[in-house]
Amino acid sequence: MKYIDEFRDPQLARTLLANTRARSTQPVRFMEFCGGHTHAIFRHGLRQMLPPTVKLRSGPGCPVCVTASADLDRAIALAKLPDVLITTFGDMLKVPGSHGALQTAKAEGADVRVVYSALDALQIARDHPERAVIFLGVGFETTAPTVAVSILEAEAGGLDNFYVLSLHKLTPPATRAILDAGEVRLSGIIGPGHVTTVIGSRAWEFLPRDYSVPCAVAGFEPLDILRAVAALVEMVESGQPAVVNAYARGVHPEGNRTALDIMHRVFEVSEADWRGLGRMPASGLALRPEYARFDAALAFPVDPGPTREHEGCRCGDVLRGTVEPPDCPLFRRVCTPARPVGPCMVSAEGACAAWYRYGGVDV
Amino acid sequence: MSDKILLAHGSGGQLSHELVEHLFLKYFDNPILAHLDDAAVVRETRFFGKNRVSGKLAFTTDSYVVSPIFFPGGDIGKLAVCGTVNDLAMRGAMPLYLSAGFILEEGLPLADLERVVASMAVTAQAAGVQIVTGDTKVVDHGKADRLFINTAGVGVVSAGVNPGGDQVRPGDVVILSGTVGDHGMTIMSQREGLRFDSPLVSDCAPLHGLVAAMLDALSSLPLGEGSGVRALHCLRDPTRGGLATALNEVAGKSGVGIEIEEHAVPVRDAVRAACELLGLDPLYVANEGKLVTFVATEAADAVLARMRTHEYGREAAIIGQVTAEHAGRVVLRTALGARRVLDMLVGEQLPRIC
Repeated sequence: MKYIDEFRDPQLARTLLANTRARSTQPVRFMEFCGGHTHAIFRHGLRQMLPPTVKLRSGPGCPVCVTASADLDRAIALAKLPDVLITTFGDMLKVPGSHGALQTAKAEGADVRVVYSALDALQIARDHPERAVIFLGVGFETTAPTVAVSILEAEAGGLDNFYVLSLHKLTPPATRAILDAGEVRLSGIIGPGHVTTVIGSRAWEFLPRDYSVPCAVAGFEPLDILRAVAALVEMVESGQPAVVNAYARGVHPEGNRTALDIMHRVFEVSEADWRGLGRMPASGLALRPEYARFDAALAFPVDPGPTREHEGCRCGDVLRGTVEPPDCPLFRRVCTPARPVGPCMVSAEGACAAWYRYGGVDV
Repeated sequence: MSDKILLAHGSGGQLSHELVEHLFLKYFDNPILAHLDDAAVVRETRFFGKNRVSGKLAFTTDSYVVSPIFFPGGDIGKLAVCGTVNDLAMRGAMPLYLSAGFILEEGLPLADLERVVASMAVTAQAAGVQIVTGDTKVVDHGKADRLFINTAGVGVVSAGVNPGGDQVRPGDVVILSGTVGDHGMTIMSQREGLRFDSPLVSDCAPLHGLVAAMLDALSSLPLGEGSGVRALHCLRDPTRGGLATALNEVAGKSGVGIEIEEHAVPVRDAVRAACELLGLDPLYVANEGKLVTFVATEAADAVLARMRTHEYGREAAIIGQVTAEHAGRVVLRTALGARRVLDMLVGEQLPRIC
């Protein structure tokens, strides 16, 4: 299949790996920021193919996972309001909040529908004028522009029953926070491919400039990731950290101007609450005052009560990259995809889910 | 554990298995049901008066709730016949008779019902089975989604034929009858409104003819075990939960390890494309006209060759083998040559597909 098979070519992969092995002399640890990368790495078995000097560590790039418990509880409380219809990406359904998940609220009668895009949620709002349709805006810079479009379309169409709970988060501040904390020694960052199609590879230039850490932006096929690893090894070995765009077929240095303009027209940069990283200034997106009437948080003030964190769950540490999923005492014993304790075991981008599904035994 | 039924309990994956094992088996347990194969096979020799009655019957039931009820390659009626015929065929049985129970939602257009029933009749005739008993119930508008169908089926099994989930041995060859993911992705794309250059079509088809052809090929083999058909250790139709789940069930029941070559599993481009778009793995997507079989090494070539001459086995391929190592687990060798676990489906967000 075009654009897939070329990037899974076993012969090219072997050559790339042999070159990386030959070039790599010092032990390095690279963080793949993005949960999509984590899953691709495990699905294709890339960790075991890398030279022994090169280790990978999963980062916080799973939007569902970094959603704070309080925000999750708020979403569940919204779902339980009368005449409210919740639309969400599927991953959010199963994430356990302080008391149950959206999925359990759904089984108890709440109207929660899975959509693939905010625009689908908008259509549901058009089809159900008698209901308040709330879209759970969970995601990074990748999804925020389409959510912004849905709000602009709702405004243009005069819809008065469409709302967004904006829990959007920005990726560069999270990467900074991890490097500032210094809890895990990192020699390089595999930059998130889809996020960077929107924000542009220039957005990562602070990494070599402020931290002397190289960054290689990668796509999601095996060869994309191996090429990014090769670029990072090269930059470490040559002592010349920079930003390498190893996903040039999707990413431009300036990003997607149209998407960014729309995103900034509707949203403004705000403080945000991150699981694992805590409350960070200028790390999220809130609706601008002129679009406040679409803000579910303002239209439906709910008090979900105090949050209860699950004892022993180390999702926060996993998201900061300070531990790997098997280091969590609950992993596989108590916490499984069928009965997840923390969000990293739920999401299709969560590190624990990847370890559980693809790893676990030496095969 | 959730104290409510979740959609994931019907996914065919881990939660479905727990529901069966922790609830249904708790109350219904008996040695026949405990096999948990696609159909129960009962052997009886009794005296009915003075007459000796003897034989081996396969018996199964399945309910169909697919939405939409009409889709490229089939409809809920065709599915209801093929699904039950296939469950019988997976025990090596020749399907004979079906029942059909309908739950209809008030307001269902009669023309839709007629279209479904006509499709069932055509499918049954082509499959050589008769629908000999049935039932109809109508529920209030909103209490069901248009129509649901339950079919039960009986078939007969000939001597020596005994494929089952617990019969697989190290050394067995794993053969798949064709491409995976066609049915599930057809339904998904209908629901999501996806369009592709080469359209997705459900593979919904009755498989007993293919099984009969495989048994024919085996019975003419000069094998030492008495009869060649004994070399057919297991048959599975990988429906809900897909190929990966079916393989895991077999690995667990037979206490063996299974090794699969990712590149050997045929997947249509349109299915791959749709899977890439929706973030799904075709190995977990449902099929309704495919089977995976485990046969003794010495019989593999003959079975494969015969499968490829059958209309529902043209793209059959050897996809892996059974090993004594890592018992109970399925291991996938990726296209790049790495090895990883291929686990059972765990509560994926999938729509009603069968």
